[in-house]
Amino acid sequence: MINLKDLMPLIEATNHTPALDPAEVDIKGGYVCDMLSDVMGSAKTGQAWITIMRHLNVIAVASMTGIPAVIFAKGITPDANVIDKATEESIVLLSSPFETFKLAGIVYKALSS
Amino acid sequence: MNEFWHIEPRFEAAVKGYFAQPPQAELELEFPVPEKDFNTAGNGASETKNLLKRLGVDSDTLRRIAVAAYEAEINVAAHSKGGIMKCLIYDDLIHIRFQDEGPGIADMDQAMIPGYSTADELVREMGFGAGLGLPNIKKNSDALHILSSANNPTTVELLIFF
Repeated sequence: MINLKDLMPLIEATNHTPALDPAEVDIKGGYVCDMLSDVMGSAKTGQAWITIMRHLNVIAVASMTGIPAVIFAKGITPDANVIDKATEESIVLLSSPFETFKLAGIVYKALSS
Repeated sequence: MNEFWHIEPRFEAAVKGYFAQPPQAELELEFPVPEKDFNTAGNGASETKNLLKRLGVDSDTLRRIAVAAYEAEINVAAHSKGGIMKCLIYDDLIHIRFQDEGPGIADMDQAMIPGYSTADELVREMGFGAGLGLPNIKKNSDALHILSSANNPTTVELLIFF
């Protein structure tokens, strides 16, 4: 488990949901996928979700699945309506400049240490 | 009509008893699921989850209800001309019923195979259409009943015990 605030500098994260405090979020694991149904089928509550999908359904999937934080790879930035919905659902949205593979590696290493 | 049933063995008696004589629900909720509207789809799952959370349903059960309901809403939006999601809530279970306006599932066996999908490009661009919707609904439900055939409406109903 790692606190989201401690993970952020490792992935050079930008926080798109300033109304939410990353220090209040503990990450229990990670899941990497861009197919929403696969995330709903296999991701677990408390995991951070790494994706390049950035539309509104991502927030719905995160909410239904119990995902507290979504990390967008490759510096992908969500639109304002997505950020508003995430804030309402208490889901932290971060962007990292790294590609998915590297990003997942950093998160994995941070969780394993 | 083609019919699909899946009942978790430990709930077999309870499920059969329920459908043989459905009792009066404590609470009823109804949500429209318009065709190809992927923003409205999910409202039903979300509101139902929030209500059940307030009623004290545990988080694992909430997650199963939310995922099954959301997948079913996405199915109605993606594959039908639109429909209705109806929730019947009892002390110990929820019964969610999705009734659409067709055009129906031509091959039920194929529809239940993980990875098989008839989703169009729009649905796939939204990150759906992986062919995991019905398998996810089945996985998260204690009972799943589907009634459909080509050129007819589809009914999908599921039971999840608290």
